[in-house]
Amino acid sequence: MGKIFKFQQDVDTDQIIASQYLLFSTIDEMKTYTFESLDPNFAKEVQPGDYVVASENFGCGSSREQAPSVLKALGVKAVIAKSFARIFYRNAINIGLPVIVCKDLHSFVETGDEMELDMKAGIVKVKGEELTCTKLPEYMQGILDQGGLIASLNKED
Amino acid sequence: MGATIIEKIIRNNTGKDVKPGDIVTVNVDRVMIHDIFIPFVASKFEEMGFQKLWDPDKVVLIYDHLVPASQVDDTRHFRVGNDFVEKYGMKNIHRADGICHQLMTEAGYVKPGNIVFGTDSHTTTYGCVGAFSSGIGYTEMASILGTGTMWVRVPETIRVNITGTLPKNVMAKDIILRLIGDLGADGATYKALEFAGDTVEAMSVASRMSMSNMAIEAGAKCALFTPDEKTAAYCEMTLTDKEKDLVGDADASYCRVINYNAEDFVPVMACPSNVDHVKPIAEIAGKEIDQVFIGSCTNGRLEDLMAAAEVLKGKKVAPFVKLIVTPASRKIYQQALENGTMAILAEAGAMITHPSCGLCCGRAGGILTDGETVVATNNRNFLGRMGTSKVGIYLASPRAAAACAVAGKIVVPE
Repeated sequence: MGKIFKFQQDVDTDQIIASQYLLFSTIDEMKTYTFESLDPNFAKEVQPGDYVVASENFGCGSSREQAPSVLKALGVKAVIAKSFARIFYRNAINIGLPVIVCKDLHSFVETGDEMELDMKAGIVKVKGEELTCTKLPEYMQGILDQGGLIASLNKED
Repeated sequence: MGATIIEKIIRNNTGKDVKPGDIVTVNVDRVMIHDIFIPFVASKFEEMGFQKLWDPDKVVLIYDHLVPASQVDDTRHFRVGNDFVEKYGMKNIHRADGICHQLMTEAGYVKPGNIVFGTDSHTTTYGCVGAFSSGIGYTEMASILGTGTMWVRVPETIRVNITGTLPKNVMAKDIILRLIGDLGADGATYKALEFAGDTVEAMSVASRMSMSNMAIEAGAKCALFTPDEKTAAYCEMTLTDKEKDLVGDADASYCRVINYNAEDFVPVMACPSNVDHVKPIAEIAGKEIDQVFIGSCTNGRLEDLMAAAEVLKGKKVAPFVKLIVTPASRKIYQQALENGTMAILAEAGAMITHPSCGLCCGRAGGILTDGETVVATNNRNFLGRMGTSKVGIYLASPRAAAACAVAGKIVVPE
């Protein structure tokens, strides 16, 4: 089980990791500032295995891959949202951060609730209920299964 | 069954008939990397074990967000970029020529029908010449650098028809802001936008650029205009039949069709702090402002500076307002000098800066603080984009921005 951190709609990539931190040379330096403007304590409180739950259009805005990267570096197990912005979604899969669409989860939970995600089955278990997610297309699940694009490319060779 | 523009571009590229939802591998015609992400692209490229670029001539590196450096550490990006260029035999590098999205078409790197990817979300801009272009992250960029290919999901298309003559105080920026407001920030996610109609046909390539540039603010994957004689003149080429055929067929399948009458548009602004929070300027007029920014890959072109100059001619910027003008490229800077636009702006009291991203990326050139308000012609008004998270950013056309600079408050341009 992992703890839920809940966010609202249209969380943009500046809010996930602000521009001024992109100049740090490593993701580890950046990750301390994740969600700084929305929840300054997030980076301190989140534990490996926890989940980020959001409403519509999570990750809109810039193409910065640092956005999914800092979440992965902090140990976020998956992001479950009502919908994702396109570039964030691709980036997340390419770096091996599970992202999945679940229409019913956001309104059903609060920050601090505990949940579990079965990515392959597309099922969230939370508060004694099972909620169904939209499973990833096979191609993308394939990249994710291999741990991201780099691992997937290396395997093709 | 007919095809949309994006379906035709992907079909021409892959040699296969495609439909929305198909996942296909395309051959990439050109890629663009900018200064912020070059260190990460370079390290991912080497981590992937590639020894050489798939085609060094198809790779373009542009320094724009960090030019000239405002922090000591910024120079590391130039060092990494220069080493990468040398190591892999690249020729296409721009160190101080302007903003990446302006240069990609202005310097002739992108042609109608091309498939182009860039490490910046506003890569959608090149749809202005009928190219399929979209933003990606640095891991995918590194993968293209090695393979020359990329997987894409063929998007559904939203068709936008605009007919008639625009009111004089309305610019292309007002159209795209209105559309983003109508669609919402995720209204076109994963989809292609396709623009058509006599209003669009009458537009300059520069105006089309403002619109395709901002398509990402509605989540769109790309935003396409049919290449025409203006496109051919801008790209300094003759269009082939295949390029002329990049038009949405009458029997093509669209997931949505939106029709606008040009006469119905009014000057608008995107209010803090979402791009889809769009209101007619008349509804917010009177709010006092501290600064005006005219520039960016959205609205830093010659016609934008000229529209501002038309408003500012013989007038002065309000005493408490800072007007910052940042041309999108060196070429535009020179053209604006030669045709007298710069003189008008300077006489009115504008601070004219070097061509670059400038204030739009919030690193230099007019950072604001708590409680301040800026009217800006760029593409994002997110919290904290131009300073602290308590700065109010209103996005507007250059004409509206210039009028606000004179009035010292938000006003409807004449």
